[in-house]
Amino acid sequence: MAGRVLVGVKRVIDYAVKIRVKPDKTGVVTDGVKHSMNPFCEIAVEEAVRLREKKLMKEVIAVSCGPQQCQETIRTALAMGADRGIHVEVSGKDYENLGPLQVSKIMAALAKKEEASLVIVGKQAIDGDCNQTGQMTAALLDWPQGTFASEVSVDGDGLKVEREIDGGLESVRIKMPAVVTADLRLNEPRYATLPNIMKAKKKKIASVKPADLGVELTSRLEILAVEDPPQRQSGVKVESVQDLVTKLRDSGTL
Amino acid sequence: MTTVFYGSRAWGLFHRASSSSSRVWTHPPFVGLSPGRGLSRPPPCRAAHSGVHRLPFATLSQQDRDFFQTLLPGRALTDPEVLEASNVDWLKSVRGSSELLLRPRTTEEVSQILRYCNARGLAVTPQGGNTGLVGGSVPVFDEIILSTALLNQVLSFDVVSGILTCQAGCVLEALSSFVGEQDFVMPLDLGAKGSCHIGGNVATNAGGLRLLRYGPLRGTVLGLEVVLADGTVLDSQAPLRKDNTGYDLKQLFIGSEGTLGVVTAVSILCPRKPSAVNLAFLGCATFPQVLETFQRCRGMLGEVLSAFEFLDSACMKLVQDHLKLTNPIKESPFYILIETSGSSAAHDEEKLHRFLQEVMTSSLVADGTVATEDSKIKALWALRERITEALTHDGCVYKYDLSLPVQHIYQLVEDMQEHLGTRAKNVVGYGHLGDGNLHLNITSPSHDPALLAAIEPYVYEWTARHHGSISAEHGLGLKKRNYVHFSKPAPALRLMWQIKSLLDPRGILNPYKTLPDRASTD
Repeated sequence: MAGRVLVGVKRVIDYAVKIRVKPDKTGVVTDGVKHSMNPFCEIAVEEAVRLREKKLMKEVIAVSCGPQQCQETIRTALAMGADRGIHVEVSGKDYENLGPLQVSKIMAALAKKEEASLVIVGKQAIDGDCNQTGQMTAALLDWPQGTFASEVSVDGDGLKVEREIDGGLESVRIKMPAVVTADLRLNEPRYATLPNIMKAKKKKIASVKPADLGVELTSRLEILAVEDPPQRQSGVKVESVQDLVTKLRDSGTL
Repeated sequence: MTTVFYGSRAWGLFHRASSSSSRVWTHPPFVGLSPGRGLSRPPPCRAAHSGVHRLPFATLSQQDRDFFQTLLPGRALTDPEVLEASNVDWLKSVRGSSELLLRPRTTEEVSQILRYCNARGLAVTPQGGNTGLVGGSVPVFDEIILSTALLNQVLSFDVVSGILTCQAGCVLEALSSFVGEQDFVMPLDLGAKGSCHIGGNVATNAGGLRLLRYGPLRGTVLGLEVVLADGTVLDSQAPLRKDNTGYDLKQLFIGSEGTLGVVTAVSILCPRKPSAVNLAFLGCATFPQVLETFQRCRGMLGEVLSAFEFLDSACMKLVQDHLKLTNPIKESPFYILIETSGSSAAHDEEKLHRFLQEVMTSSLVADGTVATEDSKIKALWALRERITEALTHDGCVYKYDLSLPVQHIYQLVEDMQEHLGTRAKNVVGYGHLGDGNLHLNITSPSHDPALLAAIEPYVYEWTARHHGSISAEHGLGLKKRNYVHFSKPAPALRLMWQIKSLLDPRGILNPYKTLPDRASTD
């Protein structure tokens, strides 16, 4: 039962870059800053490609929502082994307001359009840290979900997913079509090697607008301010226990 | 001349080489410690290789300790546990027995320390980050350790010229971050950047990964402030790009390994931070293909090329086994790391991709990967930068840092493998191919004198035959001081000794290091 896998990939600020808040506090500086594929999305792509290599899926489609530069992110997914890409064009104010609700609507629409059997996304993006897109996509599609997956295997006409939860590991069996969100230990993503990078140049990336999918992008959220966390106060060294007690009393802690 | 073991003979003012009452803790340079476990204490022994005898310097008296404790309150340390880290080098291969660690904060304090020690005849070992690989940064006997750890202030940075002036104890990585905020980079980069001090880098004329692009410290250091053995402060700072006024004294101190003076401040020219950095990691089947790739690289990448490093499959295996790093491409006999740095991402990527296309289609390169994101670039650099670390986990390491004509670089590794046969555990080669610098490393489960005898002087003779240098960038320190004749003629060594006598008549600065024991040069 080899079906199609839809993988969502997000272009985010590279995790090794030092983040700077914009002086007007409306967000972080993104101009001229190095971007790359969200690490959890890389894991998602790797898993999808492995499923296809095992012949459990027949096609991997990489999707990204955003401005022109997202095509680079899709190319990376193609270089890792995805078969084709879809770039959902969103720019300007719409892009600034793009959040999990809007993206999940897009993913749901695409999953139906492409007749996907499986949607895999990273568990969260390292910029928003929302951890909502996968779950919302499943809800909109009324599909089962296996989130925080650390292991995925095909089990008959469904999937067996090992989930990382607070208490340890949970095994769930879900029927397909389904949504899976990738956690850190699911796999180690491959590097895109040169022969594959060359091949990827020839793979197709289709462009589509949210309106074409019948998705409306208005956000119900308004960002009030983005600020740096407060500066860490330096600690004070004391000479004796008596000093410590005095200082704690003075600061009102005792 | 095959024998390289010299007893230290009297020189200068001292007419007796006395093994005085101070303890002698000179160990064979490569002690087989259990790899990777903290610090174990090898028993004291005097191996034939060292053959070092303590020169008749004064010994530390209570009066001396009182003087230093008054001069540097709280910064004249005598606690043996604190001294432990400074008495042993990074490779855990040489151990000194210093009883006093000094941490001056200002040039004036350094000057007073040296003036006192010179008058008293107390030997001093200057110490920066203690990351040197030739035993030059730790005492041999009971020399006083003069640490630059608290000389860590940046004095000025001019964003127009890119000239940075700072004290000698600034950590290289900290300086990189500092100038990085202003969009500049340090002109040198090496694996030890998290610990090494810029003063130490200057004193050892450190090379590193960016030499290919920015040149050696001899070019980028514009000025130095040095304290001489008698306490005189020599200020040849003049942070000017061009200054042809008299003999260029700072060049004497660059690479002098702390034997001619103590560097207390540095003025260095920093290049602009490249806005576009790309990294390609490639695999080649044969060494001639590596060389051919290098030539194509030079031609096609030209001015944006900033690093060209190579490693062999044995190195890859070491980092995989000991550090659990992943090989991003398929297994190959050789791996190349190419870094480009430029001011236009689009321009550089286009050049790089054209180059990669060329080497892939002509089958020079079997496989490869490219990275433009910081995180991936760091991960790929780790494969090269952490080889030294991986080697320390593999057993006893015999390290050789040689300059050779580029086309012969790997020949030495192959010849050594054949020469040693099964006596060695691993014989690996890696290094700065672009600079003709090979890092040849041999490992054995534990210290093996027979193996060492097979390696040396074979490796030095091989190098001399090819007109190479027996120490490309690591310097001479304690371990290689007596092999320098393989690369320098006798008249040169005589002149070096004369300069040393002129600048440090009592010989208190970092004794037993850098210069060959006197006998060999007479």
